[in-house]
Amino acid sequence: MKVGIVGIGHGKFGNRSDATVQELAFEPFKEAIEDANNLRREDIDSLIVGSVPEYHMQRSLPGVVAEYVGINPKSTWLTEAACGSGSAAIRTAYMSIKSGMHDIVAVIGVQKMRELSTEEILALMGRVGDVQWESIFGTTFPGYYALYANRHMHEFGTTKEQMALVAVKNHYYGSMNPYAFFQKEVTKERVLGSEDVAFPVNVFDCCANADGAACVIMTNEKLAKKFNDTPVWFEGLGSASAQMSLLRRPNLVEIPSAVEAAKQAYKQANVEPSNISVADVHDCFTIAEIMAYENLGFCEKGKGGKFIEEKQSYIGGKNPVNVDGGLKAKGHPVGATGVSMTTEIVKQLRGEAGKRQVSGADIGLTHNVGGIGQYTFVHILRR
Amino acid sequence: MPFKYFGKINFTPYTKVDKFSEYLHKGKLMGSRCKNCGEIYFPPRADCLKCMDDKFEWVEYSGKGILHSFTTIHAAPKGFEDIAPYTLGIVDLEEGGRLISWIGDIPEKEVKIGMNVKVVPRIFEEIPEIKLYYTIEKP
Repeated sequence: MKVGIVGIGHGKFGNRSDATVQELAFEPFKEAIEDANNLRREDIDSLIVGSVPEYHMQRSLPGVVAEYVGINPKSTWLTEAACGSGSAAIRTAYMSIKSGMHDIVAVIGVQKMRELSTEEILALMGRVGDVQWESIFGTTFPGYYALYANRHMHEFGTTKEQMALVAVKNHYYGSMNPYAFFQKEVTKERVLGSEDVAFPVNVFDCCANADGAACVIMTNEKLAKKFNDTPVWFEGLGSASAQMSLLRRPNLVEIPSAVEAAKQAYKQANVEPSNISVADVHDCFTIAEIMAYENLGFCEKGKGGKFIEEKQSYIGGKNPVNVDGGLKAKGHPVGATGVSMTTEIVKQLRGEAGKRQVSGADIGLTHNVGGIGQYTFVHILRR
Repeated sequence: MPFKYFGKINFTPYTKVDKFSEYLHKGKLMGSRCKNCGEIYFPPRADCLKCMDDKFEWVEYSGKGILHSFTTIHAAPKGFEDIAPYTLGIVDLEEGGRLISWIGDIPEKEVKIGMNVKVVPRIFEEIPEIKLYYTIEKP
């Protein structure tokens, strides 16, 4: 029995000092309920919340969110896989529907990051490395990706210009996305001239810490048509992990969990990378998108820089990537990101993406990486 | 010399490998060797990843290695703002394993991936409470 999405919702991402976590969660939930025809709130028998709890003063989020959105499901809990928490929630929902344990599951990815200062967030995120042997030297999240970037440049000749082109593309598409934090285009020169964060990563190579929420309603094949004429189906779900510490990874030019998760998803969906009409990938840093092209098989290993240079990830290229602006332009409310990616792919497959529509899109992919590659989820969806 | 003195800010004062800081204070960089299968680790670990044996002995590292990658941190996390910008390197150690640490006195222009380096035990003189660490230097 297939599992599909019958409702989607997306709140405004950005600096949301106007709302609490549960108020943020309400926005996309309401949209998703309205998107699924004839769905009553009380039909939802499980709520899975994807979020990283350390950012919030509020503890035990699922209970608070369930109460605020006005449901009392049989089961509700939190999934945490760092920046992959949203996709972990979707995978959990998929498993519970596939097993027959639940029929209709709401997934809400939500995060309010900007209650903390940038220095506090840098310290918090830096501790996603090994705190015993690494964080004591002041490692940061951008710093880890900078270590990847520098090695990638060394081995494959990838350049800062190529990294900047990823930001240019994602801001171009972000300018057409009303939910994005930044809806303005940037030039390559602006990216290259922006402040140093962690050499060779500049401010404009980084996604922004943001507040926001997104929601999908998932159900089984039997019920799906009742709520939506065009459900979008999960065809392949890959999930893999990698060593916590970069010190134990086989190399620093790829995310091994992404390579493995992609392999699983392609196999289950029985498709090739060339069949993917549109993809949302985890561009927390510009180098991360370049590695994603390679790890997902959109291009050969080491050719990711060339892939963006040749505009192969633009609409009209081999594999359009992040045509919603990506984490780069949308902002990255960590728990919401995987769910946000999924709503974009659903829109694309329904043909409802407006100016950003990839014409005739029939197979879409999400690639959501947690931490510095410890967890990756790759999901393939089909119309 | 308790392990809590290892690092500018220490997050893990209690560990099964806490003698590491004692050795470091004496100028020795130590890894661990599994007493059962002989596998060598840096960072040291009490429990063998390979055979799961929980008995280990200390093994002295030369500190020699090759720079695998590096980055200069400009936006520093809380507690490290006062020393920013600082350059972090990952070193592939000659005896096996890797470490991450600050690049010490190597001039910025000379820092290159693939260069030979040596890891040197250090003490933070300017901090009243003794703080131990190590830096990456030219051999």
